[in-house]
Amino acid sequence: MTLAEKILAAHAGCESVEPGQFLQVRVDMVMTTDATGLISVRQFRKMGARRVFDPRKVVLVMDHFTPCRNIESAEVVKELRGFAAEQGVRWYDVGRAGICHVLLPQEGLVLPGEVVVGGDSHTCTYGALGAFATGMGSTDIAAAMATGDVWMQVPVSLRFNYHGRLRPWVTGKDLMLHTIAAIGVDGATYAAMEFGGEVVAGLDMDGRFSMANMAIEAGGKAGLFEVDQQTLEYVKPRAGRPLTVPAPDPDAAYAQVHDLEVSDLEPQVALPHSPANAVAVGEAGQVEIDQAVIGSCTNGRLADLRLAARVLEGRKVHPRVRCIVVPGSQEVYLQAVREGLMESFVQAGAVVTPPTCGPCPGGHLGVLAEGERCVSSTNRNFIGRMGSPGAEVYLANPAVAAASAVSGVICHPGEVVKP
Amino acid sequence: MIRGRAHKFGDNIDTDGIIPVYAVNLSDPRQLGKHCMANLDAEFAARVRPGDILVAGRNFGCGSSREVAPWSIKGAGIACVIAESFARIFFRNAINIALPLVVCPDAARATQDGDQLEVDLARGEVRNLTRQETFQAAPYPEFIRRLIEAGGLVEHVRERLRTKT
Repeated sequence: MTLAEKILAAHAGCESVEPGQFLQVRVDMVMTTDATGLISVRQFRKMGARRVFDPRKVVLVMDHFTPCRNIESAEVVKELRGFAAEQGVRWYDVGRAGICHVLLPQEGLVLPGEVVVGGDSHTCTYGALGAFATGMGSTDIAAAMATGDVWMQVPVSLRFNYHGRLRPWVTGKDLMLHTIAAIGVDGATYAAMEFGGEVVAGLDMDGRFSMANMAIEAGGKAGLFEVDQQTLEYVKPRAGRPLTVPAPDPDAAYAQVHDLEVSDLEPQVALPHSPANAVAVGEAGQVEIDQAVIGSCTNGRLADLRLAARVLEGRKVHPRVRCIVVPGSQEVYLQAVREGLMESFVQAGAVVTPPTCGPCPGGHLGVLAEGERCVSSTNRNFIGRMGSPGAEVYLANPAVAAASAVSGVICHPGEVVKP
Repeated sequence: MIRGRAHKFGDNIDTDGIIPVYAVNLSDPRQLGKHCMANLDAEFAARVRPGDILVAGRNFGCGSSREVAPWSIKGAGIACVIAESFARIFFRNAINIALPLVVCPDAARATQDGDQLEVDLARGEVRNLTRQETFQAAPYPEFIRRLIEAGGLVEHVRERLRTKT
């Protein structure tokens, strides 16, 4: 069995499972946010449910439009706050929270081998820990909160092996943009992506989170990494409970195996309006930008901010450009303060926002006007994603976003940071 | 039996296209319906008549998990969506809230904007009255068919919780 099949079998009480099989899968954590949680609460009540199946296994994270952007979002958070108090579930609000997908792993709420469902499509991020995690809509999340299980069809698994040695400034984000460009935005629809090879073994956890995070941009149900020493070093101090380490069988059956040689890969830029439009940064053309965003559940972790700070330190953001830095959580924020990264950002003329999804889904703190262009370390560049349907978003890694903020045009970090 | 006018869209229509982020805090389907497809076609919601049919290419509903996307389609008065294929989360969301989806690549490709369609969900048949062609849709897996017959996920879970206590 593949990694995904192993985890699903263990959570459905089956010896083995096969792709296409329908299962009732026990969940270890159910997550929702202020973006989709209110409908879940209403559906939960309509189902006639009174108590969540286990308050320790339900977590609400106020991250999308917080600190609340308007009266409507304030009303949503107020109602969710009431539900959380009534049910005694885990609750993360302004000042203690962060972007859900940065927060949950950091808080030890997801461990290898677990099944997590979340009311947000980027829930697949936790696959970096060797968990089976997938995004669902509000009604599915309501059902999971009520019963502690969900129906799932066992996905086929697609294996991606990355070979070679990464060039400078090339990150997990670039591997993933390159992969999505290769297979398309529906290349992994209904499938579990499984990442391997010596290149990802050498990636730090933050790089793996970036990759697993974007499995959904290829349509993937989940994106999983094998558990190694690095994973265990990350989770053990945070876990506080026993964990199992799943591994794919040597004879696991994959619907596809992709072997990608990535030694020549350049930092990638996904042109508007699809994450699959990735090209090498040098091929993006002369693109003048109005805004650069560094953050999000894809690239708002400490390694991402360090990378951006390496570019911005001692330099100035181009006079035409607004550079917006969004730390992914309070912990990331604090550590960035301690390391002096925030000083580099502020001295450069960038603004630092609270931890939030903020500009990524066009919620607040950096919404685009018609005709504006933004280079962004986020995950989606759909029409209207960050504001006006007449704006353009270019996806890139945090170093490319920072370098472009300095030069005013989309560029390779090596053009700004000379050796 | 569903009978209405087709509104045709292309491949990879994402959830930001279906419902803009400024409207996602709404929860009343009729209110959501007013913003349906606004990023792609500002006149869409005003043009739809109750019972009309949305027709699209591959990977309809990709992107976010926002359930307000299918709610807004329902709220706009669309009776069902026919596509070559659907994104996974959107598919679940629509089934859960009883917005009928029809996977029928041939019908999706052959239909033009404004065609009159007739959809027989029980038989999985799509008839293009304008072009006088009939298409057979892919049947749902047995499990999903039972979920639909139960009236969607809310009813399904309601029944489970009721029989448990």
